[in-house]
Amino acid sequence: MPEVSTPDVAETTTAGTVATLSRLRPYAAKALPRIYLAMVVTLLASAVALTIPQVLRWLVDGPLADGDVTQLWIAFGIVLGLGVLEAILIGLRRALVLTPGTHVEARMRNALFAHLQDLPVSFHDRWPSGQLLSRAVSDLNLIRRWLAFGLVLLVVNVLTLIGGLIIMVTLNWVLGLIFAAAAVPVIAYGFSFERKYSDVARRSQDQAGDLATSVEESVHGIRVLKAFGRGRYALKRFENQAEQLRGTEIEKAKAIAGIWLYLTLIPDLAFGVCLVVGVWLASTGQSSVGELVAFFATATVLLFPIWSMGYFLAMTLDAKTATLRFFEVMDSENTITDPAAPVTIEGGAGELVFDDVHFRYQDAPAAFPDLIDGVSLTVRPGETMALVGLTGSGKSTLTALTTRLYDVTGGAVRVDGADIRSLSRADLRTRIAMAFEEATLFSTTVRENVLLGRPDATEAELREALDIAQASFVDDLPQGLDTKVGEEGMSLSGGQRQRLALARAIAARPSILVLDDPLSALDVDTEALVEAALRRVLARTTALIVAHRPSTVALADRVALLENGRVTAVGTHSELLATSEHYRFVISSLEGERAPQMTELDQKGARS
Amino acid sequence: MSDSAVPGAADRGVEGVEGEERDDLNKAESAQIRARSLRLLGSLIRPMRVKLALSIFVVVISTISQVAGPSIIAYGIDTGLPALLNADWMPVSLAGLAYLLAGITGAGLIAWFTVLSAQISQAILFDLRRRVFLHTQRLSLEFHESYTSGRIISRQTSDLDAIRELLDSGINQLVQGVLYMVFTAVALFLLDVESGFILLGALVPLAVLTRWFQLRSQRLFRRTRVASARLIVKFVESMTGIRAVKAFRTEKRNEDEFGGLVEGHRETNARVIKVFGIYDPGLVLIGNVAVAVVLLVGGFRVIDGGMEIGVLLAAVLYTRRFFDPMEDMAMFYNGYQSATAALEKISGVLEERPSVPDPERPVDLWAASGAVAFEAVDFGYVEDRPILPPFDLRIPAGQTIALVGSTGAGKSTLAKLISRFYDPSHGRITLDDVDLRDLHPKDLRRAIVMVTQEAYLFSGTVADNIAIGKPEASRDEIIEAARAVGADEFIRGLPNGYETDVNKRGGRVSAGQRQLISFARAFLANPAVLILDEATASLDIPSERLVQDALQTLLADRTAVIIAHRLSTVSIADRVLVMEHGRIIEDGSPAELIGGTGRFAQLHASWRESLV
Ligand SMILES: Nc1ncnc2c1ncn2[C@@H]1O[C@H](COP(=O)(O)OP(=O)(O)OP(=O)(O)O)[C@@H](O)[C@H]1O
Ligand SMILES: Nc1ncnc2c1ncn2[C@@H]1O[C@H](COP(=O)(O)OP(=O)(O)OP(=O)(O)O)[C@@H](O)[C@H]1O
Ligand SMILES: [Mg+2]
Ligand SMILES: [Mg+2]
Repeated sequence: MPEVSTPDVAETTTAGTVATLSRLRPYAAKALPRIYLAMVVTLLASAVALTIPQVLRWLVDGPLADGDVTQLWIAFGIVLGLGVLEAILIGLRRALVLTPGTHVEARMRNALFAHLQDLPVSFHDRWPSGQLLSRAVSDLNLIRRWLAFGLVLLVVNVLTLIGGLIIMVTLNWVLGLIFAAAAVPVIAYGFSFERKYSDVARRSQDQAGDLATSVEESVHGIRVLKAFGRGRYALKRFENQAEQLRGTEIEKAKAIAGIWLYLTLIPDLAFGVCLVVGVWLASTGQSSVGELVAFFATATVLLFPIWSMGYFLAMTLDAKTATLRFFEVMDSENTITDPAAPVTIEGGAGELVFDDVHFRYQDAPAAFPDLIDGVSLTVRPGETMALVGLTGSGKSTLTALTTRLYDVTGGAVRVDGADIRSLSRADLRTRIAMAFEEATLFSTTVRENVLLGRPDATEAELREALDIAQASFVDDLPQGLDTKVGEEGMSLSGGQRQRLALARAIAARPSILVLDDPLSALDVDTEALVEAALRRVLARTTALIVAHRPSTVALADRVALLENGRVTAVGTHSELLATSEHYRFVISSLEGERAPQMTELDQKGARS
Repeated sequence: MSDSAVPGAADRGVEGVEGEERDDLNKAESAQIRARSLRLLGSLIRPMRVKLALSIFVVVISTISQVAGPSIIAYGIDTGLPALLNADWMPVSLAGLAYLLAGITGAGLIAWFTVLSAQISQAILFDLRRRVFLHTQRLSLEFHESYTSGRIISRQTSDLDAIRELLDSGINQLVQGVLYMVFTAVALFLLDVESGFILLGALVPLAVLTRWFQLRSQRLFRRTRVASARLIVKFVESMTGIRAVKAFRTEKRNEDEFGGLVEGHRETNARVIKVFGIYDPGLVLIGNVAVAVVLLVGGFRVIDGGMEIGVLLAAVLYTRRFFDPMEDMAMFYNGYQSATAALEKISGVLEERPSVPDPERPVDLWAASGAVAFEAVDFGYVEDRPILPPFDLRIPAGQTIALVGSTGAGKSTLAKLISRFYDPSHGRITLDDVDLRDLHPKDLRRAIVMVTQEAYLFSGTVADNIAIGKPEASRDEIIEAARAVGADEFIRGLPNGYETDVNKRGGRVSAGQRQLISFARAFLANPAVLILDEATASLDIPSERLVQDALQTLLADRTAVIIAHRLSTVSIADRVLVMEHGRIIEDGSPAELIGGTGRFAQLHASWRESLV
């Protein structure tokens, strides 16, 4: 579990079961009338079941005593009719409840998915993937089953019990009250069970989520695990978690065993007492044998609802926990939203301005300075600006700020004069296209991957983008542009993936291109070709390019040097080489393998 | 693996995960899959048999005491009442006491049974989880690449959930339900044979209805497993690529697609439920008709004087009770069908054999010197698309090789062959003259370590991630490794130093920092053969320089293959290989090649130019 969510967890578990579950109402609204109707139908079914003993009583005290065969046939007809009616009612209950249940589940699942996609990247940084998956799959499944069975049967069982008790009291008030008194300790125990069980249920669902995380990482990280032969090691860790989950589940079973003990023992005790008292009452003539028979028949009918209470109670608490977990995500506020009245920019040449931008990640200790600590930088329309800095200096972070993957914590980023927070996100992200340092491809065709940002591009535009990125290799793939690239593009070489990601950014035809180290996986020749082609595009497009190598820097009109969270120097490559010692440190090539001209230049720079 | 026709497919039927998504399995195939999943179920239950026997014993006794109830009541009324009329309290007290005793025993045992059965089912789940996890780790990359992570995840999560649901309440329901019914039936027979036969008669329509349900639901349940796997695949992929999703505004398209999958899943689920919605009330109907018939027949006999009223009452109660667990049993059967559909999929994964299998008679190689040789090796990821045409290559122990060439030339492929991610299509690759295919996996992984082009970090601390190189490493060793590659400084600068959680996929640290951590990992592993695939591509130049320095000492006495586009690496190499289109076109010492007029000389010249 992410640390951040722990506080709200502790707070929300204390919320009442009913209060929590009633939060499902908006999703279940359409299904609710049918669920209520199902309760009525089920109640009728139970009433029918409870009527059968009454018929028995009448039969024993009347026709059987008199030996009346016609009456017997009538009794048979009634019992049979009631039996058929019960079956019909049960069928009706299923018909009423079950399909709407699946609709509720689907609605919640879609809502969760949409919300997750909407939540900012910082949320996804924090939340382990398995926790999200377990919410989207197992928890919602639990909620559906509870809505379809648990809720209906819980309510109906309670009502059946009350109805049954009333009948029993009217049949014979002494016996009825003895039986009713037995409910008191059961209910008392129920409260402590609720607390105990809620606790374990929460733990078990969280642990299941952690387990899902482990599974996911073991599959995504399979190459590392294989390269180091650490399958067994990963298994150990997985086993530890699975072991914990097993422990929790057994604890859960013990809690259930506890309530079952009460639910079976106490009614049985009451039954025993009633038997003795009942027979005594009959012997003194205060009750008829038929009454006694009907009483026990009614009590027998009630036994199953009583026993199953434990099951439905546990199910309800499971559903409550699942609901809590669902709303933990749904309640996470999206901090990066569209403004109420988004500004629209007409045309727009594509000027990108960082105005005293500050940024720090949420988990940064207070003592640390801002990671981006007052960056001011203007990338003029059509200009190509290279961003240079040491590993971890914040280059990628700065690029992420431009499309609001994170929001600045101070200052502003402006596109064509407008604060990017005043634009709609869709508009902003149409204007700015990015290529990330790790090429993120999806397991669809090459075509769809490249046209991700502009699905309606023409074939010619697609071709052009591929040509600029030197991605003609796609034609050699088995199905050309329609080849599936495999999960995360793993069936391509590193450089091929990177070129597709680059082509994707270009194909989006943005007014501003933000490229994070876009040529790192290319060989020198291909790099030169891409650069030459890129220059054509960059002549008409504003660009911010993160670069580690002088060759990439060469693409740029100007270079900005990021150092200690600030842009400490801006100028052309040769200007900076001449004036900035830090720049020389960052960009100058390796000792020993340095080209001679370069060495001279360095020394010159160092002297001046 | 794929649906494509494989030679001999006909006699193998549907093996492994083949046909997993197919809906048109014929009878034989369906039976084959079913049998396979039942075998798996058997092998899971077998180790539990002692505990299972104990729990059944417990539940037998508890059910007997529960079933005794109506008989005791019958005794109380038929014997106790007349006796009490004669002021004899004895029989009725006895009946009361017996009822109490039965109640206490029954309740206590049920509670015990609940815990016992949880222990059993959790042990089974644990075993299954473990097996699937281990097996997927064993399966080769080839499998992983075609099967996709989402599907493997769904096998280990939602499919296991289906089995858990069955085990959780199912075993309880089944054992208790069956016993309850059997004992009730026996008690009824003991009480009154004629009523017993009526009950038996009711079993015929019951069996017919159940068979119908089985046939209908089996295929539907298979479909739900496929539908939920698709859902998970899409979900996982969208969450993994969330940055690209946002940057390229694909949220809406994803929602539509996901919505379609959700609807597909919902629909199959709804159909299963509908079938069950017929089955369950059908069972109730059969039960209720049986009750009415028992009542009618018994009533006649009472009137004829052939039966006592108390007995009739008990017979009716027993018949009613016999069908009481029916709803639970139906739910169990439903859960069972769902779980077997899940087991079918899981057993398919377990049946897959790694295309890079562990050797049957592994050769131990305690201390490899690190001589690697390719003998007439050729390789392609898929048939008919050769990536590496046949070639030979000898890398003497201790040599440092720089492998260069254009992107897509096959450099990573060659590296993956040395680390046995794949086996060559023909020929053999050896380490110290032992075929990699015969080498003990442990020795292979100890001797050969590769830093892959993608620096994958696991969520967990920085220290944990480095320790993957050597799980038993002490903290000092970890720090030493980090220091050697120049990662120590930035790690100390993180909020919690080595204990900082790097978040999923190492998102908490920068790309260069991820590479440094991966590199420290390899450093710590200290292998005889080290393969670095673009391990420094995202580093800034000063960090790269540090890494180069570290390499110089690290590689002094070991074999290394370094793949890099930045030719600065060449300075520490003894030998350079140039690859184009899968062929090694140049091979020589750096000085030789730079001095020549070949591809490398030209590459090197362009590279030098690029430095300005
Ligand atoms: N999601 C995050 N949460 C917290 N801190 C982060 C996060 N991402 C990055 N950091 C930290 O912020 C700093 C800057 O990271 P960033 O990725 O922007 O660096 P970079 O300049 O792109 O480096 P590189 O050249 O290695 O890609 C690093 O020290 C990193 O540890
Ligand atoms: N898993 C795979 N399945 C099918 N084809 C693959 C797979 N991996 C790589 N290929 C193909 O094999 C060829 C060689 O890829 P490889 O990764 O070896 O190239 P590389 O030399 O490492 O290139 P780069 O410098 O870009 O990383 C490429 O054409 C690629 O598309
Ligand atoms: Mg970066
Ligand atoms: Mg490669």
